[in-house]
Parts: sequence; C-alpha cells; structure tokens
Amino acid sequence: MTASTRDSADWKRVDGIIDTYSAKKSNLIAILQRVQEEFRYLPEDIMTYIGTKIDGLSPATVYGVATFYAQFSLEPKGKYIIKCCDGTACHVRGSMPVYMSLKQRFGLEDGTFTSKDGLFTVETVSCLGACGLAPVVVINDKVYPQMTTDAMKIIIDTILDEEKGE
Amino acid sequence: MGAKTLNINIKDEQQRAMDAIKAQGLRVLVCNGTGCIANGSNDVIARFKELGADVSVLTQKDKMTIVPTGCHGFCEQGVLVIIPDLDITYVKVKPADVDEIVDSHIKNGKPVERLLYTSPKTGEHIHKNEDIEFYARQTRTSLANCGKINAECIDEAIAMHAYEALAKVLEQNDPDAVIEEIEKSGLRGRGGGGFPTGRKWRFTANNRGGKSYVVCNGDEGDPGAFMDRSVMEGDPHKLLEGMAIAGFAIGSDEAYIYVRAEYPLAIKRLKIAIEQAESRGYLGKNIMGSDFSFEIHIKEGAGAFVCGEETALIASIEGERGMPRPKPPFPANKGLFGRPTLINNVETLANVPVIIRKGAEWFNAFGTETSKGTKTFALTGEVNNTGLIEVPMGTTLREIVFDIGGGIRNGKKFKAVQIGGPSGGCLTEEHLDLPMDYDNLIKAGAMVGSGGLVVMNEDTCIVEVARFFMHFTQSESCGKCVPCREGTKNMLKILEKIVRGQGEMKDLDTLEELALAVKEGSLCGLGKTAPNPVLSTLKYFRDEYIAHIKEKRCPAGVCTALKTIRIEETECKGCTKCARTCPVGAISGTVKNPHKIDQSKCIKCGACLEACPFKAIKQS
Repeated sequence: MTASTRDSADWKRVDGIIDTYSAKKSNLIAILQRVQEEFRYLPEDIMTYIGTKIDGLSPATVYGVATFYAQFSLEPKGKYIIKCCDGTACHVRGSMPVYMSLKQRFGLEDGTFTSKDGLFTVETVSCLGACGLAPVVVINDKVYPQMTTDAMKIIIDTILDEEKGE
Repeated sequence: MGAKTLNINIKDEQQRAMDAIKAQGLRVLVCNGTGCIANGSNDVIARFKELGADVSVLTQKDKMTIVPTGCHGFCEQGVLVIIPDLDITYVKVKPADVDEIVDSHIKNGKPVERLLYTSPKTGEHIHKNEDIEFYARQTRTSLANCGKINAECIDEAIAMHAYEALAKVLEQNDPDAVIEEIEKSGLRGRGGGGFPTGRKWRFTANNRGGKSYVVCNGDEGDPGAFMDRSVMEGDPHKLLEGMAIAGFAIGSDEAYIYVRAEYPLAIKRLKIAIEQAESRGYLGKNIMGSDFSFEIHIKEGAGAFVCGEETALIASIEGERGMPRPKPPFPANKGLFGRPTLINNVETLANVPVIIRKGAEWFNAFGTETSKGTKTFALTGEVNNTGLIEVPMGTTLREIVFDIGGGIRNGKKFKAVQIGGPSGGCLTEEHLDLPMDYDNLIKAGAMVGSGGLVVMNEDTCIVEVARFFMHFTQSESCGKCVPCREGTKNMLKILEKIVRGQGEMKDLDTLEELALAVKEGSLCGLGKTAPNPVLSTLKYFRDEYIAHIKEKRCPAGVCTALKTIRIEETECKGCTKCARTCPVGAISGTVKNPHKIDQSKCIKCGACLEACPFKAIKQS
C-alpha cells in the first residue's frame, strides 16, 4: 500500500491536516472530513496512512469509520454535487420526480451516482432543514428552493453552458 | 459556598448594549437563515446596504442599520424584512423591491402594500408582525430572539438578556439550587423521549468531583424538523448560556456541541458566538471573575441518523463508528471518554436560561399537567403557512394546522399529520382536538419526537409514507443488533411489495408481527421506535393498505406502479408542450398530431399532466 504513486505534495497536505488536529484518535472524523474536502473523496492509500500515523488507530478502524458515515465517499465525486433533499416535507411535495429526472438525464443506473464525464454526482439526503421551501435541491453549497423537474432542467442547462464557456 | 461577587455587572452590560442598538437608528431586520438565503436574502441585504449609505434623506430616523437575523420561522414567505420601528413586516421581498421599500416607506412613510402578507382567510393585507395569524397564536421562548437579533453580534444577544441567568447562578453560587429550579420547572427533554431534565441533571451531579462533560445534541436528524438549526443559527448565545448553566450545576468544565454536517451555517455561527463569548469573559477561564471555568468545543457529525441516540453520539465524538452502546451504564455515570456525561438536546438547553431568569413558576404556568412550557414544531407539508412555530404544550392540532398553519393548501381536504418523524406516528381527524403533550401523543400511538409536523392531504398516500419512513430507518439502522437490522429490512420488503401492487393480505399480519418484534428487541431508540409509523398507519388507515392489496389501487393516486399516465388521442391537439415538458423524453409525436407516451420510459412524475393546456392527459 505504501508503494503509492502519490507525489510528496499530497502527503504533505495529509500531514498538515493530521497536525492541525494534533493526531488524536477522537479527531478522526474531522481529519477524514478535511481530507475529503481536499481530495473530493477518501483515497484508500491515504486512509491506510492515517491509520498507521495516529496512536490507537489501525487502517481497518479508519476504513470502518469511513464506511459508516454517509458523508464519506470512497470514490471520486463529481465537480457538481447535487443533493436532492428527500426529507419528509420534500418527499410529500414531490422530491422524487426531481431526483428521478436527474438520474435519467445523467444516465445513472441504480448504484451509480456520478455521471460518466465526472461532472455531476447525484445523491439524496434525508433532511437539510429547509422544509418550508420543499422540495429543496443543493448544488455544491447553493440551496435551490421549491424545485420542479422543469426548473431543475434549466439549472442543469445553465451549468452545462457555463462549463462549455470555460 | 456562599454568594460571590462577579467582575462583570451584567445589568450595566445590558444597558451599554441597548444604547449601542439605539444608536443604530432605524433597524431593518432581514432574515438571513438557511431558508431565506436560498430565496436570495444576501442580495436583499446587499441592496439595502448600498442604499443605506444614503442616510441624509431618511425622514423616519437619521440613520438606518441593516441587521441580518436568524430564522423568523416563516420560511415559505421569505425573504422576510421586518422594521420594528415602523411596525411592519414585508414578505417575499426580492432585491428589486428594496428600492421601493426605502423610497416609499422609509423616506416617505407610505407602506408598500404589494409586499405585505395577505391573509389566506380574509384576503386582507396585514402590516404588523403580531397580527399575522402565523405569529399571533405563538408563544415564543426558546425561539424568542430568533429573527430579532444579529446572531453574529454578542451585544445584540446581551441586550436581550443573554448571560443574565448565568450571572445570576454564578452570583448565588449554589449548584444544587440550580438543579432544584430546573426540577421544579417541569422541563422535559425536547429531543424526543421527554425525560425530566432536572432528574437527568441530578443523576449526573451525583458524580461530582472528577472530570465530567456536558454534551449538547445538535444532531437534528429527523427529516422534517429544523428547530435546533434555527436556535443555533438565530440565537447561539442562548444555547451556550444554557450549556454553561448546566456545566455549573453538575460540576463540569468542558462541553461539546455535536452538530450535523448538513448545517454549515449553524456551525459557523456557533463558532463565532463561542469566540465572542470567550473574549468577553462569558465562557472560558474563571467566567465573570468566578471560580467556574467552562470550555465548549464543536464536533461536526458526518451524516448518520443513529448519532442522535445519546450513546451513539458519544461514540461518534470519540471518533468511532456511531453505534449505540447498551445501557446501563447510563451516560450520567459513564459517558464520554468513560466520564459522567450530561446529554441534552439544543431546544432543552435553550429553555434553561429563561427558567433561571424568570423562575420555575413562570415556566410551568405554560403547558399541561405533565408537560410544562412551550414546544417548537416544524410545520411543513400541505399546509398554507409552513415554518417554525412555538406554542404552549397542550395546544390542539386544530389550532396548529388551521389557525397558525392557515389550513390546507389549495382548498384540499385534511387527511393526517405525521408527527415525530421516523419514530413518530400519524394523527388523524379524530385527534384534531387532542391537547398535544408528551403523554397524550404516546397514548395516540405517536410521539412529540423532535417536533416535526408534516401535514398531509387527500393526495398523500399513507402506505407510501409508511414505506418512506421504513426506507429511512432501514438505511440508517447501524446494523449492531439483529432485530433492528433484519427486522426493518423485512418490513421494508413487505411495504415495497404492497406499494407495487403485489401485496397479499397475510403480509399485514407478518408486518404487525415484525413491528412488535423490532420494537421489543432493538437495542436503542432508533429500532424501538422505527415500527411506529407502520403501526399507527395500520391502525388508522388499514383500509388504504387493503385497497393496495385487494383492489390493486392507490386511493391517493400516488403509487407509481399502480398508475398509468396516457394521452387521450381524441383530445390531444398536438401542441408539443407535453413532449417539451417531459423531463425524460418519454413523449413523442409531431406538431398537430396526437402524441404518445412511451410507458417504459415514463417516470410518472405528472409534469405533463400539469403542462397540457387541453387536459388531454389522464392518469388512472
């Protein structure tokens, strides 16, 4: 596992993150969160490294924690992470048609969440706490209130246009 | 012990803060909670600021200050702009409306009628906040300051009595008296179970002497509930003060707030509040010159519903998989890092300062015999006024749904209310006049839970809702104990079979049997309450289950497997609108010729139904 192709700059970034949390076992979740922010997912070699670097942890424990929490992803996520809220209020007001239309648009079979071009990841979350605006969709950190399949189509078109422009 | 003299006179601090606020001139409160930000409140604030620079022409006051506040609770009407000195509330304000508010109202005293709230009952425009039905019938204590103050400015909180209660208990210097006061108030845990808060404090205080912790449970995971988010975003100092009082009472000097990662704004504002409180001496070493020191850390969750369970939450703070641990030992004896730990939910702790400041008698004058004080509810779903409300315990469902909520949207018929999220149950028409408190709800097969109230109308399929909750609890089940892990999986399988129209009558018996086994056998609250939505819907809406099974029919017309959408050839004019609307390209046809739906592609979203100008598309 240590025979990694990763360059030293990456490892420095990981060390930096571990140091900010003073290599404490109880900070594992926070460390994994920062790593995911940096790398957009949790690469296996980095998890192994963290597991050997912190006292009281093993690579298996790190893997166990990483797979337990919904926030962590072991695969690279898209540039745009689309979170469709499927909390009760959003569900009752029609979040599923919006979600289904996105899956259809990006050709995502059951069990896959990221589009082939690596641009979009579509997932559901259980509640974003913006129930008064149901159904809600969050793309990266922007909240889109009272979504419909129509409105979603326009938003994705706009993002794709911007991407082409770049 | 005896009384103590503090080095901060809180009354002087309050006066200073109030003077500073007075000097702000005309205060324009713009809601800046998660909901209103989504509706564009940052742009509204920016436009106000651009215009606010022009102070010389203001006639009402010589100066205008824009105050970004926490959530007002009336999210659906956002962006909300409230100007207390002018006695006015504007709703659905867009950045483009700001110029008119400033020119017409602030400069010339003429209210902008079109931006006022219109009563759905009378059609009248309403000027004052307190005249809007949504607010008129509420009694706000834990939410009292939400929407009234700038949550990122400690002085605004101090002007509204923040840290006054903490000063009081530090001055009196009698931890037991604090616990007695909380016991007398009758406060019960607002996070779900309703355990008496004072008793929990007493259990933990019995272990005074060594290291102990206060933990605030801000892992508001129930879908459909957002009161804790609002308190953390809108009035963080109230929570910090409540925690410090709890710490003083049980003899703890360190605390954690566990916040869901889905609440980034709450995390940001809590961090700011902790920093400001520490710099002023309201938190940290020797608070206000007393012997009491108290440090608060924030821990971000990582998306696991089960972490709302207290022992799972402790495991998660320790950096482990958030799995519940068997009780006993209870956290009061052996909790975080093996030390005695007091865990309370956000809303519970937010009630503490006001109880100390105004007294237990003031607090327990609200509510019913067994449930004292007020309770927040997140009112959502098919109701006119959605948002966050706070009412005395014992308020009836009818008052909440029809008076505060303004009735059912689009003139539809009330069907049921789902209360308490995935752990709760359904209440129906027969419960409309039931006073809502902990015990009455348990008797009705539901629970207060965290207070999510989702209103459903005749178009909501109850069986589908039960499947929805079971899907939620099944995927959030941590897998540690067998009854919950396997039981919820099998219950979900049966429910999925029923909504697909493949159910058999004997499935209902199996479902009930499984439900009772999961309830009895599970290790923690998640499993013990997971069957509640199924049991309560089976009790009140058995006929709907039977319609799905025997007639292969979904009475509400929701279950996709049981419906087809088709175009009536004779009525279709070939306008192509439906084909353009269809999100999945399932509709084909040429101009002026009847269109067709490819059933294998159709996701039955109903978008075409609404789009068709000729009502040629039918659902059956």
